[in-house]
Amino acid sequence: MRVLAFGIAREIFGSAAVDVVADGVSAAELQEILKKQYPRLAQLSSFMIAVNGEYAQPGTIISANDEVAIIPPVSGG
Amino acid sequence: MIEIKISSEPLNISSCIDWVMSPEAGGIDVFIGAVRNMTKGKQVVRLEFEAYEAMALKEMEKIAKDVCAKWPVHNVLIHHRSGVLSIGDIPVVIVVSAAHRAAAFDACRYAIDTLKETVPIWKKEVFEDGEQWVAAHP
Repeated sequence: MRVLAFGIAREIFGSAAVDVVADGVSAAELQEILKKQYPRLAQLSSFMIAVNGEYAQPGTIISANDEVAIIPPVSGG
Repeated sequence: MIEIKISSEPLNISSCIDWVMSPEAGGIDVFIGAVRNMTKGKQVVRLEFEAYEAMALKEMEKIAKDVCAKWPVHNVLIHHRSGVLSIGDIPVVIVVSAAHRAAAFDACRYAIDTLKETVPIWKKEVFEDGEQWVAAHP
């Protein structure tokens, strides 16, 4: 699946999106897969997964056609 | 009514206020965020804002709808900047109108506090000798 990245996650990926082999996993499982591939993610205060523009619950199952994004700690305002 | 925007152009405060005014609104509360010159004693050169725009607009709309459900307000406007901002520039404007001031004050504070927690927008502080994504690390 394609994972969109913003802010510090985009800099850690070195790209605004990366392809990850993880179809059918939960949001929590995707977090673990990403942390293994990009250890600097584990140093963040936290990060969330968004699916189709909504914050995912840990158990949310991600399908191949979903728009998936990694959301590092937000800091708007 | 609700008005939400993410803009790469400067925000116009007076037109934001004009938008929420209505004959039945006796209290207008405005929150303006401005780029501060210092963070923890370090001189800030500029801020760079990045948004996951489609999701950020949805989250901003949720906040405005929550405000309308929780308080008797008439109009809620939330505008946020993207791009590069200098000291004194305006990253965010929130304006709420209500019949009376208490609801307008409470709703406006709720809106900015929630925006800072939930809306997927990020800012990078650029200093003379380095840079950092705000809130990224413990």
